[in-house]
Amino acid sequence: MSGDGQPRKHWFDDEAGPVVRPYAMTRGRTTSAAQHRLDLIAVVVTEPDAGDPDADPTLVPEHTEIVGLCRTAPQSVAELAAELDLPIGVVRVLIGDLVHAGLVHVSRPVPPAELPDESILRDVINGLRAL
Amino acid sequence: MINGRSERGTPPVEPVTLKILVAGGFGAGKTTLVGAVSEIRPLRTEESLTEAGRPVDDLGGVPDKRTTTVAMDFGRITLREDLVLYLFGTPGQERFWFMWDELSEGALGAVVLADTRRLADCFAAVDYFERRGIPFIVGVNCFEGTARYATDNVRQALDLDADVPVLLCDARDRESVKEILVGVVRHAMEQAATRRRAVTT
Repeated sequence: MSGDGQPRKHWFDDEAGPVVRPYAMTRGRTTSAAQHRLDLIAVVVTEPDAGDPDADPTLVPEHTEIVGLCRTAPQSVAELAAELDLPIGVVRVLIGDLVHAGLVHVSRPVPPAELPDESILRDVINGLRAL
Repeated sequence: MINGRSERGTPPVEPVTLKILVAGGFGAGKTTLVGAVSEIRPLRTEESLTEAGRPVDDLGGVPDKRTTTVAMDFGRITLREDLVLYLFGTPGQERFWFMWDELSEGALGAVVLADTRRLADCFAAVDYFERRGIPFIVGVNCFEGTARYATDNVRQALDLDADVPVLLCDARDRESVKEILVGVVRHAMEQAATRRRAVTT
């Protein structure tokens, strides 16, 4: 780069598409080692004793961002994808890496085909009414 | 005495998360409905086109066409610190139905938003939820200036089962949307109770 300290104008614009193709971050992987497919509303929680993700050379900045976002408040997979502006498939792989590294855990929503407890549904109705 | 809390304070609460789908034809008011109750501006997430849609989207001869993505709008309602409801607007185009399968997995239920000027637009959604046994209700979005159909007419036109609730609503109105969502949860409870009875008898 030029050493004159002048901010250089980007030679590309948004029309060029993402400079780093999303799946480059996952090193081309489209599925995570974790067998299950994470639900869109599965919640990602940073482990309280999670170390500094930057110290792990195998992790990319997006990994670090997920760890940071989920430290203050647990986030759903869908929210993380929207926040990071990445396809859900990419975010799933990144979360899988973090689970593997022991930095986050995922709490799964109610299993499909099983309706949540009736008391939870009542709470939902009351909660909606109280909004 | 020093209390036992770690430096970071108590760990964040891990909420129970639930989702309700919002389906309906293009322009039926799905995003408006989500926006009326969501505590966040409706977010948008994208899923890259998978094998399921590839034969349809032939990229040959279109060199600068990037991967097709399916956008989904969603909103969030925190009912309690430990109970969060997400609303997902289903992608409109039928060729993106492979996304519906993913979305509807584990869904509490669904709203099919109907625009009486284009009732036929929601046939596909009604069909989809009926086949999969996903509890759904029909919300007739009362746009200004459109004739107010009686809910019975809508029920007949959509050939709905007698137990599927049809409610009139205004997708822009928070109170109205709250009632719609309450309707979905109630219907889901009723459907579950009916199934339990069927199993035990």
